[in-house]
Amino acid sequence: MIGFDLALDLFPLLTGVLAAVCCALLGNFLVLRRLSLMGDAISHSVLPGLVIAFLITATRSPTAMLLGAAAAGLLTVLLVELVQRLGRVEPGAAMGVVFSILFAVGVLLIRQVSALDTVDLDADCVLHGQLETLVWFEAPSRLVDALRWSTLEQIPRTTLMLAGMTVAVFSFVGLLFKEIRIASFDPALATTQGFHAGLLHVLLMVFVAAATVASFEAVGSILVIAMLVVPAAAARLLTDRLLAQLATSLLVALLSSVGGYFAATLIPAQFGLDPLSAAGSMTVVGGVLLLGAIIASPRHGLIAKAWRRRSLAISIARDDLLAALYRASESGIDAIELSRLRTLLPGRTLSPGVAAAAHADLICHQHGSVSLTDVGRERAAALVRRHRLWEHYLVQQVGLAPDHVHQTAERLEHLPVSPAQGPAEDPHGRPIP
Amino acid sequence: MHLSFVPCLAHLSGAPRALSRPLAEVRDELPSWAQIVDTLTFRAGFNTSLVVAGATLLGLAAGTIGVFMLLRKRSLMTDALSHATLPGLACAFLLASLLGMDARSLPLLLAGGACTGVLGVICVQAMLRSTRLREDAAIGIVLSVFFGAGVVVLSYIQKNAPTGAAGLHRFLYGQTAALSTQDVALLAVIAALAVLATTLLLKEFAIVCFNDAFARVNGWPVSALDLGMMALVVIVTVAGLQAVGILLVVAMLIIPPVAARFWTERLWVLVALAGCFGAASGYFGSVLSALLPRQPAGAVIVLTAGVGFLFSMLFAPARGVIPAGVQHLRLRVRVAGEHLLEDACESRSTVPASAVARLALRRGWSAGFRKLVIWSLRRRNMIASAPAGALVLTDAGRARGARIARNHALWEQYLISHADVAPSHVDWSVDQVEHVLSDALLAELEAALAARNHPSTPSAGSAP
Repeated sequence: MIGFDLALDLFPLLTGVLAAVCCALLGNFLVLRRLSLMGDAISHSVLPGLVIAFLITATRSPTAMLLGAAAAGLLTVLLVELVQRLGRVEPGAAMGVVFSILFAVGVLLIRQVSALDTVDLDADCVLHGQLETLVWFEAPSRLVDALRWSTLEQIPRTTLMLAGMTVAVFSFVGLLFKEIRIASFDPALATTQGFHAGLLHVLLMVFVAAATVASFEAVGSILVIAMLVVPAAAARLLTDRLLAQLATSLLVALLSSVGGYFAATLIPAQFGLDPLSAAGSMTVVGGVLLLGAIIASPRHGLIAKAWRRRSLAISIARDDLLAALYRASESGIDAIELSRLRTLLPGRTLSPGVAAAAHADLICHQHGSVSLTDVGRERAAALVRRHRLWEHYLVQQVGLAPDHVHQTAERLEHLPVSPAQGPAEDPHGRPIP
Repeated sequence: MHLSFVPCLAHLSGAPRALSRPLAEVRDELPSWAQIVDTLTFRAGFNTSLVVAGATLLGLAAGTIGVFMLLRKRSLMTDALSHATLPGLACAFLLASLLGMDARSLPLLLAGGACTGVLGVICVQAMLRSTRLREDAAIGIVLSVFFGAGVVVLSYIQKNAPTGAAGLHRFLYGQTAALSTQDVALLAVIAALAVLATTLLLKEFAIVCFNDAFARVNGWPVSALDLGMMALVVIVTVAGLQAVGILLVVAMLIIPPVAARFWTERLWVLVALAGCFGAASGYFGSVLSALLPRQPAGAVIVLTAGVGFLFSMLFAPARGVIPAGVQHLRLRVRVAGEHLLEDACESRSTVPASAVARLALRRGWSAGFRKLVIWSLRRRNMIASAPAGALVLTDAGRARGARIARNHALWEQYLISHADVAPSHVDWSVDQVEHVLSDALLAELEAALAARNHPSTPSAGSAP
């Protein structure tokens, strides 16, 4: 790879990937349970937990920080629940109140800590983390030389902590997958199946808090929200199966972290510029991938939806055209000029329908006038039959007046179902084909 | 690639860092009473007064308009909005310094911030409308991705702009000390706008908040009103950026309305109260941060609002936790006491201690609650003590007990004869309703039953 520097790039990249992957897996369940904003709230309020843990233990040992974060996460969940229940405040506002107050406490405390100037906990790490400081000073010049046991001892603490956290998250989800799956879709069912959905919820929140704090030094407390929500949201748009969603979200996380890192470091280097913020750029790449999913997802994407809507519109226009031609032929007119058709089908666009029907050899389009082919006549008869059966049904079974049913039948005729049997004539006295 | 990259802006923005200091020195830094009083009364110098005035005005505007965000359940939308201003601020800064204009010019920066903020809100709405993502995910995505974009631009400015990003740093955590006369004048205009708009359009905003479909069929321009509301929120948010910062301005829009909500059920009172709460948190918060200049102003202001919220949530008489709890307890004690009286007057006027214990067991009263019930009955002269821990009903107590028993029987009879409830099923619901029947309703029931020639006091069903 051009410009990839083992000393400068290896650990930041590794750390970013681990943070993205670990958060993305958990994020799936947040998105499914509509708790993304709880992730937002926890990632804000982990800050005071972190600082208090630091103030008590005076070290940055991973255990203390994880404990502090887990406590803060639990406290957030608990306080939001309390404010919501006791104060009868709507959930969004309750979260807003709790996390903004806790975050303010954190900002205030972190200022005290950094004023002591004994550590590098800093108010600005909150914003974008410190990926770039993970420099490997004793890096060998070649990648092959790095594959030694002694390398393990030189891995930065942040990276190790994230690696441990990733393993923990994967085993949590792997071991309790069945339970989490039920609880994500139907908490009440989960409870009746004999395990505590509420407990699982709290456990999930503790893991979110722990993953947030493990990623805190890497990407800060705001950007971690993107790592939690964006891959899962993109995956949710791309698939409808849970396992596939988990896999897709991990892939998106991997792509956005690796892509983001290279976009931030290598591309500016090509132009002789300094590297940009890697954490921020990972977020942006994730956002771009999500935008791609929104637009181009095969089932739920904007293009797919527009395409489906357009083909439906065309098939309806074609069907309306066939039905109009059939009705005309009932009164003895076999070929109709396009201009006449326009008066027969007011307020509808003709040309896509004509084109589609001509393409399928349902109509014969010659010298500006159209007529039904044999196949077309069959299709049109079936359509008009459905229309008139519906009219009959609406009058007989629903009890509508005969002059009120045409509009409804006009829409129902495009459905593939119709009442099975009917008399020989519709309510207006026309034969049912 | 250079090693000079230092990710933390604070090193460059010149924030002073003291080494560990002796306690006495810290104590010397605490303000004296005279300083506190001076700051509170706008006499601590022009700049401080300016800051206090600015924060108060901001709080007033944010609290007033925040009410409608709370009522429309859009509180967290403002969080997405405020985070989404960062890329706009940074881009405006970059653009201005590239074009050789004054990169710190406030109107330019705020205009940039407002642009991307509005774009963020539009993105949230578009995602809600045209994808299957829910509101929580949409807000989380916009908030973090826009912020990430801002961080990227910020890191570029840090390296490549001649002045560095020093002018931008204050927008992150807020720096009330940076407010100038023009800024405060601007804040005054915005506060006046917010207050004026809500006063004039209170009825319209209310109808849009509570029932927008109804408003639409009544011919109100709902979309325009909605847009106006959102525009006010954007203006207030952007104006609040330099006082409390991107990360915490959302608190100024959420906390005062939520706190005010505990005090009242009426909209115009709510709006007025929220405005006052906001103004008060801005005032006291900025005074505090003026006295403690080393602390981040935004956090101090938010925490002041937080204290107000906590107080309101606990003590507000209308919906506060403690008053509501007390009220609930009183009702429970009254109902329990009436059950005791009813039970006693059905069997005999003297209740031995064992009977009270049996009743408590059946109704699930704790020992403390039983004592409370008996104490309350005694205080209202419903019962008197008899030897051996037994209780004797007074005349008032007997009358009350008979009244409740009669209510029970009447309502039971009504349910059986009018509501077609099976006789074996009526007892449970009656047990709750018997305490709250009004006199008028009772008279009506008696008349109805007399007319149907039922015995006016049917055999009272035994209490459960």
